[in-house]
Amino acid sequence: MNGWFNRQRALLDFAVSSLGRRKGKTLGLLAVYGLIVFVLASAMLFSHALRHEAKQVLAGTPEVLVQRLIAGRHDLIPDTHLAAIRTIRGVKSAQGRLWGYLFDPAAAANYTLMVPPADAPAVGQAVIGAGVAAVRDAAIGDVMSFRAHDGTLVSFTIQAIIAPESALVSADLFLVAEADYRRLFGIPDGRFTDIVVTVRNPREVRTVAEKIDTALPDTRIILRDEIKRTYESVFDWREGMVVLLLSGAVLAFFIFAWEKASGLSAEEKREIGILKAVGWETADVIGLKSLEGLVVSLTAFLLGYLLAWVHVFQFGAPLFEPVLKGWSVLYPDFRLTPHVDELQVATLFFFTVFPYTLANVVPIWRAATVDPDQVMR
Amino acid sequence: MTMRGSDMVLAAMLAGVMAVGATWAVSAGRVRAEQPEVLRRAALVERLGLTDLALFTEARYTRHPSQSDRHAAFQDHPFALEHFPSGSVLPPRRGRP
Repeated sequence: MNGWFNRQRALLDFAVSSLGRRKGKTLGLLAVYGLIVFVLASAMLFSHALRHEAKQVLAGTPEVLVQRLIAGRHDLIPDTHLAAIRTIRGVKSAQGRLWGYLFDPAAAANYTLMVPPADAPAVGQAVIGAGVAAVRDAAIGDVMSFRAHDGTLVSFTIQAIIAPESALVSADLFLVAEADYRRLFGIPDGRFTDIVVTVRNPREVRTVAEKIDTALPDTRIILRDEIKRTYESVFDWREGMVVLLLSGAVLAFFIFAWEKASGLSAEEKREIGILKAVGWETADVIGLKSLEGLVVSLTAFLLGYLLAWVHVFQFGAPLFEPVLKGWSVLYPDFRLTPHVDELQVATLFFFTVFPYTLANVVPIWRAATVDPDQVMR
Repeated sequence: MTMRGSDMVLAAMLAGVMAVGATWAVSAGRVRAEQPEVLRRAALVERLGLTDLALFTEARYTRHPSQSDRHAAFQDHPFALEHFPSGSVLPPRRGRP
């Protein structure tokens, strides 16, 4: 056992000095390889943590939502629908929601205006999200005014600002009283944006949803499961930008790595020839070159993964911010809880370290099985 | 006595592997420490009946993707193709109009 270990150490010594002789090439490969792992690991860590956060945070989202559609477009739902839903067996409660969007020309930002189902602010007062406070530089006691649907001015005194720790769900919220909401948009009493339904038996959610759909054919039902599923596909590897950007980079890297690993340089061939001529066995040569590949790929993986973790969980993934922020003026300032899926890391390890190490072995085996004299020529 | 190349590489690899282990330990610690904050966010969602994360505030249908029509982008304007950057990280809803 000791002899085997000493032999591997000696081979590793030789591999390190061999890599050192091609310092520029090795460092260049390490940088490109590490960068690919960094980008892949960053996207993986960020999306997994975001999906996990969405799953936890949206656990208490409305069980069933009923929207009214007219000519294929979302429309206000009347309270007759509310009464009809309440008569359906299995429905525990049904409540109309009032929410919408308000464009603020002063900040050029869109707010989500909402009437809380309970403990709504008093008329003329508002509770705002941390993002709204930031873009308007607003503090408690300040007054914000907006033009209503009829051109009159509606003013709100800021009663409270929602804690910045909740910015991921509340950054753009503007909570007001029902009377203010209806005055601002000219929505008459008895009309709501949509209806929230709670069901007595959670196992009957789908049955109740089907009953509502049958009783009110002009509606669209959205279940909690569907809301949660929406965020399961955020940053999905098959979707949009991630695959577009990464596939190019990953393909370029694989071509580079394959070229580097499979096409031996004349210098490397000569090195193998000399080793064989001085008595090295084919297995030793393959072992040596495999170790070289392993050192490079393992170093690149460790560096790439560690940098990705720091990028996502210490610095808040600043490289992804331009994409997430897009053209929005208001963006939540949030720090993700570092949920790391060890299986995902293991998968990334397998798909980044092993292909390169294996790609190294085939050409070495071919060169090492040829007569040393022929290789050296 | 100078250190052998193999020893240096092994030490560096060991340090790297330990650092990866440390990120897992730190992650687990932070998940525990930040759990009350996550629960507060979940409570706010439940209290207000929120449906979406305030991640993409650039358009109505990106702010509330779970509430929007599948072809929301096309409803804004006849030529309104999906052109918001967030549309490239979150696909449209499937299975309903």
